Amino acid sequence: MLTYILKRILSVIPVLFLVSVFVFLMLRLTPGDPAAILAGDNATPETLERIRDAMGLNEPLLTQYVKWIGGILHGDFGTSLISSVPVLDLVSQRVGPSISLAVLTIIIAICVAIPMGVIAAWKHRTWVDYLVMSFSVLGFSVPVFLVGYVLLLIFSVKLGWLPPQGFKPLSAGIAPFMERAILPALTLASIYIALIARMTRAAMLDVLNEDYIRTARAKGVGDRRLLFVHALKNAAVPIATIVGAGFALLISGVVVTETIFNIPGIGRLTVDAVLARDYPVIQALILLTATLYVAVNLLIDLSYSLFDPRIRY
Amino acid sequence: MELRNKDFSAEPIVLEIKDLVVEVGSKSVLPPILKGISFDIRHGETVCLVGESGSGKSVTSLATMGLLPKDALKVRGGEIRLKGENLVTLSPGQMKQRRARDLAMIFQEPMTALNPVLKVGAQIMEVLDLHTRLSASEKRAKVIDIMEQVHLPDVERIFESYPHQLSGGQRQRIMIAMALILEPALLIADEPTTALDVTTQKQILSLIAELQEKHGTAVLFITHDMGVVAEIADRVCVMRHGEILETGTIRQVLEEPRHDYTKKLLSAVPSLIPREPRPDAGATPVLVTKDLGKTYRSGGFLAKKSEVRASYGVNFDLSPGRTLGIVGESGSGKTTVARSIMRLIEPTEGQILLEGDDIAHLSTSAMKPKRKKLQVVFQDPFRSLNPRWTIARSLTEGPLNYGVPYAEAIAEAKRLLQIVSLPEDALKRYPHQFSGGQRQRIAIARAVMLRPDVLVADEAVSALDVSVQAQVLDLLDELQRQTGIAIIFITHDLRVAAQICDEVLVMKRGEVVEQGPAGQVLHAPQHEYTRALINAAPGRFWDFAAHKPLVA
Amino acid sequence: MNTSRSAADKPLTLRLLSQISPSHTGFGPFIAAIMLLAVVLVTIFSPWIATHDPLAMDPLMRLKPPSEEHILGTDGFGRDLFSRMVLGGRISLLIGLCAAVVALGFGILIGLVAGYFRIADAIIMRAMDALMAMPSILIAIALVALNGPSIGSVIMAITIPEVPRVVRLVRSVVLTAREEPYVEAALALGSSTPKILFQHLLPNTMAPMIVQGTYIVASAILTEALLSFLGAGISTEIPTWGNIMAEGRQYFRINPGIILWPGLLLTICVLSINLIGDAARDALDPRMKKREA
Repeated sequence: MLTYILKRILSVIPVLFLVSVFVFLMLRLTPGDPAAILAGDNATPETLERIRDAMGLNEPLLTQYVKWIGGILHGDFGTSLISSVPVLDLVSQRVGPSISLAVLTIIIAICVAIPMGVIAAWKHRTWVDYLVMSFSVLGFSVPVFLVGYVLLLIFSVKLGWLPPQGFKPLSAGIAPFMERAILPALTLASIYIALIARMTRAAMLDVLNEDYIRTARAKGVGDRRLLFVHALKNAAVPIATIVGAGFALLISGVVVTETIFNIPGIGRLTVDAVLARDYPVIQALILLTATLYVAVNLLIDLSYSLFDPRIRY
Repeated sequence: MELRNKDFSAEPIVLEIKDLVVEVGSKSVLPPILKGISFDIRHGETVCLVGESGSGKSVTSLATMGLLPKDALKVRGGEIRLKGENLVTLSPGQMKQRRARDLAMIFQEPMTALNPVLKVGAQIMEVLDLHTRLSASEKRAKVIDIMEQVHLPDVERIFESYPHQLSGGQRQRIMIAMALILEPALLIADEPTTALDVTTQKQILSLIAELQEKHGTAVLFITHDMGVVAEIADRVCVMRHGEILETGTIRQVLEEPRHDYTKKLLSAVPSLIPREPRPDAGATPVLVTKDLGKTYRSGGFLAKKSEVRASYGVNFDLSPGRTLGIVGESGSGKTTVARSIMRLIEPTEGQILLEGDDIAHLSTSAMKPKRKKLQVVFQDPFRSLNPRWTIARSLTEGPLNYGVPYAEAIAEAKRLLQIVSLPEDALKRYPHQFSGGQRQRIAIARAVMLRPDVLVADEAVSALDVSVQAQVLDLLDELQRQTGIAIIFITHDLRVAAQICDEVLVMKRGEVVEQGPAGQVLHAPQHEYTRALINAAPGRFWDFAAHKPLVA
Repeated sequence: MNTSRSAADKPLTLRLLSQISPSHTGFGPFIAAIMLLAVVLVTIFSPWIATHDPLAMDPLMRLKPPSEEHILGTDGFGRDLFSRMVLGGRISLLIGLCAAVVALGFGILIGLVAGYFRIADAIIMRAMDALMAMPSILIAIALVALNGPSIGSVIMAITIPEVPRVVRLVRSVVLTAREEPYVEAALALGSSTPKILFQHLLPNTMAPMIVQGTYIVASAILTEALLSFLGAGISTEIPTWGNIMAEGRQYFRINPGIILWPGLLLTICVLSINLIGDAARDALDPRMKKREA
């Protein structure tokens, strides 16, 4: 078990290394000069050259990469070109809202989607199944921001039940937090629910075709027990996998949702940084979210053995 | 060992099926799957439903259990009476209560019939949870008791094990324990030993008989294997296309079969007595192996290194026109040998001399000219032809690779189709338009298109019904006589080996335990394992084609 | 059992034809196909359907509600919303199709190599893992922001994150298919590696690729809208569903129609494509393979 965990953690290193190379090259090989942004529109070629020198942009790519990655390994993600604040400080100021939003979304999504998928599989080819599947396809087909605006239009503008935008941390109390977080979380959850419900249904349908389900029926096991004791545990691995893979959707969703609902989180920081071409911030954010994604999926990988005794490390 | 011969006419009837009709789905445009079958089983009696694939024997068992796939199959008429009660009219809830208590079932695949994520003890216990109100300790005691009755070793440990930690035979014992724990009046066994090795099969069959004796269970046993029928049946129903063609005691059916189909089935069962040895012309061997072996190595960085010796020390020589059988149970390494010879894998030890040249380590390009001398036929006829290719394209693939003009290749394909008894217009069709037996004949035709010197048949008839199997074996024999091809025949079935092989090589766990002329190895085996294999062959005391016991 | 087996055995075209008919799948996919066809026709013939010049601004007519003159009203520059919307579909659909074709092309090629050659496999798959780990929308907006908002860079930005998904799928199909006895038989018949790759293995990937292709078209249309919405899309000189909606953000309270109407059309379009993809997948059922093995 321990060797397996160690091995899996080690196997993440080349992936993260490649991510860092991609991020680095993406920003270096595209047109657009960071020095020009820092220097402003009226800079003379001489100032530009001085800034490039100071930023190390005239050194060979390899040297630049080694310096950059060396800094990151020491916890130095560079400084924002726009606000001159260390990137790590910027991120840590903004991380709270995004995390609380993401956690709320995951809880909502799992609580809604798994029962939906199970019931759809159980009532395969009935109107219940078709309803769940329609909802799920719809969830994939509506742009996230449209969901957000429709919710906003209904609950804030027309009904006036909820404050339209902004964010209050959990420390300000549950009610103020939920009031502002519920619409963004629902917006974010829509596609996530669609994804998990669909996978749950597919995995359950697969499992329900297995021989051991027939064995259980032959023993006189009833429907509910069949679904939740015999089938769901067997379907858990693919469901957990999709929860992990869907995490990428969640990150993208956070970017959009925070923009709509005006939440001061990582997502907004990303959009602002990209539009301002704030290179150090973009690099750091992509690297951090990729690391987070890899870490979440690593944890999910390791959790498989909880569901399936055949997976032993 | 001899046929069962007990009179059950005084015993009460347990299961009575009358005019049972099962149809496909809601729109019954297709003919029924079961066309009004009737039979009964008495207390303590074993009735075998025997038939080839598509005969409707499994549908009968599922209908009795009330487990027909929802929507797909429906009981349209007739009665299924268990101890007088008509099961067809019961509600799903009532049927649920009858299962395991009054009637139970064991299935073909012990590997997949147990829930992989639950401990086996808990799975047996579940039956008691559902149908009894015993205390936890009483339940446990009862489970342990039944596990001992099915002769599981180390019961306490197995109780806490997951299915994947047990062997196939052990899992089937668990299934039997689960089925019989409430002492149901009827046990349905649907091909319960088909997926098991012969030695395990023998144990499971005698276990079922033993428990039946003890509890007086009526057994409905479904099988395609006449040998198994001879071992366990009191009465036999022969099924074909959803009808029972013939019913009778085992003795009646085996000694005086009335229906032509039954006669055909019986005569298709290959005899265990090896055929007359063919004279060895003493020609130069075309294929020789010397200490051939394959070891799989895995692991390395951070993982435990492990080695699996899939096969080792394989020595034989094969002359044109001769057939070598490689016989063994699953995991014996027989397929590894076949794949090494074909150079689908690279052996780790020894030599493979094809016409004197060692091909054991040739590169892909150096191997190419040799390939056409070595061809292969695989087990699964459904997967051995590219489903997207016409038969013509599949057949000409080899010759075209070696620069034969298309017209010539297609002419040869037509000629070979005739030899394998398929119409010429088969060329334009796709594999899915043919039956399993036909596909296997096409695969054989494809293999001989290149006029190879050696043909490797890897369990080539194992997936086929017995009557089709006989046709394919005849075809191979015919081809061998016409072309003098040498055949390596990989099989787990001693009956087949006895009928087709000149020499036999018996393998166990990667090792060759015995080899020699077929007559000698199968008739007077020297090694203990070979003897065990022969002893385990079901129905070995009976000569099916001759309708009489074998005289040893 | 036997029926599923024979279904999987049939050639692709036969399976598609026999399965995609209303009698088999219900009317859902059928209606979806008609809706999609309608959307496609409308966008193709948009110059004749548009009631106004989609680019003509009119300061006097800003943010007008629907009227006889402007059936869906006007946007913040007084441009006719309906005309912009029907024209906008052109670019959105074009981007979707291009992204799917490019992603499939690269994905299939890389996937075949990864699936068949063990040495290449490890390196390629690590690189794909890395690409998958980076949130696609972040890469896309970063690429567009850095390269400038042209149609080409938007297509590239949408395509790059899709490639690893295609690669993984192709690779897994190839890995399963290469164990098939008919592939081993081809090896025994002396077929060369390219022949096995392109004649035996490649056709196996076609069924899942058709399905995957439809999903990529759908998701590319969505991503384009998202990019525009976040301010990293094509400039509004060329209307797309995404940038029409993006412009509508600031007028959301005055005229929500600027977001809702293009949003509705986009949703109908993406929904139809997804439904057709689902129907194709059910018909071709890639899972059947797994169960047979």
